[in-house]
Amino acid sequence: MSNAHPQPDPSPNLGEESCGKEMIAPVTADDHRLARLAAIAIALSAVETALPSPLPGVKPGLANIVTLIVLYRFGLRDAAWVSGLRVVAGSLLTGSFLSPGFMLSASGACASLLALAAARYLPRTQFGPVSLSVIAAFAHMSGQLVVVRLWLIPHAGIAYLLPVLYGAALLFGTMNGLIAMRLMMRNAPHGPVT
Amino acid sequence: VNRFPQRNLLPGDALVLAVCSTLVAWLAVVNWGKDAGDTLIVHSGDNPVRELPLSRDTIEGVAGPLGITRVQIEQRRARVLSDPGPRQYCVRQGWISRPGESAICLPNQVSIEVGGVRGFDSLNY
Repeated sequence: MSNAHPQPDPSPNLGEESCGKEMIAPVTADDHRLARLAAIAIALSAVETALPSPLPGVKPGLANIVTLIVLYRFGLRDAAWVSGLRVVAGSLLTGSFLSPGFMLSASGACASLLALAAARYLPRTQFGPVSLSVIAAFAHMSGQLVVVRLWLIPHAGIAYLLPVLYGAALLFGTMNGLIAMRLMMRNAPHGPVT
Repeated sequence: VNRFPQRNLLPGDALVLAVCSTLVAWLAVVNWGKDAGDTLIVHSGDNPVRELPLSRDTIEGVAGPLGITRVQIEQRRARVLSDPGPRQYCVRQGWISRPGESAICLPNQVSIEVGGVRGFDSLNY
C-alpha cells in the first residue's frame, strides 16, 4: 500500500488566496485529500453522537470505515492523520475537547492505529477488511478500557461489563468491515470509493 | 488501483471472527459465571434466624411483629413468597440469586440475603 501513496506535489500551491506568504508550510494536494477524508470521518462521528447509546463507549464507530479505506488506499500515515483529525476536530464540534470522552476516543484511536499498523502485515490473500476492522475495534475498546481503568473508574468492577463491551466491538467491527469491503469493491453500486 | 475483487469473507477473516467470538464468550464465562450464591441468610429484627442452603428447595415461615413472612427457595433462587406488610415491596422484588442481593420486608422486620463468594459490585462498592 505504501507504493500507492502519491508523492507530494513538487510545485505545491502556496495557498496565496487565503494564507498569505508568511505561511511556512505550503498546502499541498495531499493536505486537501486528507482534509476531505477527515471531513467525511468527522461527519460520520458527528452523526453518531446523535444516536442513543445503551452504555458509554458502545458506539458503531462508523468513522472507522473511513480510516480503514484510507489505510487500504493511501497507507498508515494517512490513516493516522484522518483518525487524529477526526478525534480532535470531532471533539471541537461536540464541545468535548479534552473531556473524559475525548480522552477515551483519543486512546481508542491510538490503540486501534497501533493494531492496524501491525495487522496490515497479515497476508492480503487470507485476511480482508473485516479482519482489520475487528482487530481495530478490539484494540479501540482495549485502549479505552485502559484509560477507564487507570483514570476514570479505578476499580475492578468494570470487568462485569467486559463481555458486553467486547461483544459490541465484535459486532460493530464486523459490520464496519463489511461496509468498507462493499465500498471498496470494484463493482460497488456507484463504483469503488477512491 | 482496486485491490478488491473479493466479495466474501476470506479464511483469515473467519479465523479472526472465531478467535474474537471465543474471547467474548470466555470473558462472559469468567466475569459472569462464577458468582452464584450458595446460602440464604434470613434476618428477623436484628438477628439472623436461619441460614438455608440454596441447593435445597423449601418454603419457610419467619415470624415478625405483623405475622408470618414466607420465604421460598427453588432452583438455587430465593424469594419472599408472602408477607403481611401493606406494600409488598419484598414480594414484588421477585427472585434473587447472586451473592449480596437481598429483599427486605420492612414492616415485618424480615429480610433475606443471598450469601456466598461474591465478585465485586461496582454499583454498591
